[in-house]
Amino acid sequence: MSWIENRFEEGLIITSLDWAINWGRRYSIWPMTFGLACCAIEMMAIGASRFDVDRFGAGAFRASPRQADLMIVAGTVTYKMASRVKRLYNQMPEPKYVMAMGACTIGGGPYFKNGYHVVKGVDLVVPVDIYVPGCPPRPETLIEGILRLQDMIKNQSLARDRWQGAKEKVLASTPTYA
Amino acid sequence: MAPEEITELLKKEFGEFIVGSKFDTAHPRVGVRADAWPEVARFLRDDSRTGFNMLRCVTALDLLEDDTLCAEYDLHAIRAPKSGAAPYELIHGICIEVSVPRNNPRIPSVADVWRAADWHEREAYDLMGIIFENHPDSMIGPNGKHPRRILCPDDWVGHPLRKDYLFPMEYHGIPAVTEMGQTRPVH
Repeated sequence: MSWIENRFEEGLIITSLDWAINWGRRYSIWPMTFGLACCAIEMMAIGASRFDVDRFGAGAFRASPRQADLMIVAGTVTYKMASRVKRLYNQMPEPKYVMAMGACTIGGGPYFKNGYHVVKGVDLVVPVDIYVPGCPPRPETLIEGILRLQDMIKNQSLARDRWQGAKEKVLASTPTYA
Repeated sequence: MAPEEITELLKKEFGEFIVGSKFDTAHPRVGVRADAWPEVARFLRDDSRTGFNMLRCVTALDLLEDDTLCAEYDLHAIRAPKSGAAPYELIHGICIEVSVPRNNPRIPSVADVWRAADWHEREAYDLMGIIFENHPDSMIGPNGKHPRRILCPDDWVGHPLRKDYLFPMEYHGIPAVTEMGQTRPVH
């Protein structure tokens, strides 16, 4: 929708359209079938009948990144895997969201100090929208993460680029030691 | 055969190529010189008295104090069951220890004696840097021919389980240590 982005003031014309699109988007977050380690077991659990993430519209695990909206990075990302994670992310169509699930993907977790092969947080490789802590997180926690992602999608606007201002914000928050 | 008897047999066959042995442990082992190791391996497999038809494991050790790298080969001789459902029977087992200097760690490959050695030797090269010569899955690296890595990427620098291994600070643009003050990338 790049032809319409950044062309309007927020509000008057397209608010209701925003609402309709966000409503559709947030209740059909299709995750990608993509698991790296033990967190993937919990991710499989939310798709099964006991936790049944289909109640929230996020149960259609797609076998292709080209059909998926959400990449749940479930498990330890190694340096060898990092380039594959990045490629999968690039193959997903916009709008796309990334959830960092578990301690390893948030910041290296138990491998932070002595893991020579582990990326110290998947946000060094792809931009992350939602962090779900735990080792591994319980399925309820992961469902909570999906609900928070739905909240985030609810506040999106067609007229505003999702990434607008993100770069400036990151640069402003980066500490400088001159 | 007990490990002591196997060692005596090896000493009779190979003489000075058998170096050192240790029996008062749970893991009795015999040292073999690296240059004779494939012949010894072939003898251990083919001789009817020893008949070690199974390589259970290859363990690589980094003995930094002795300035050596060491590969330990766990051998088992097993016999097929007489009836179909019974488990394989263990006849005897021993561990062969091959020590090489740390600055030139080269051991001839025994992957053509026991096929199990193929992946084990690749892993020992990957993580400890022992170069197995004439390995069937070799490649030419900057420092000559060596087995292909099995776990780390092919362009990985160093051998991670060595005791003097230095962690990478960066891999393909991904910073490796994110302490305070190190910046996160801007996407």
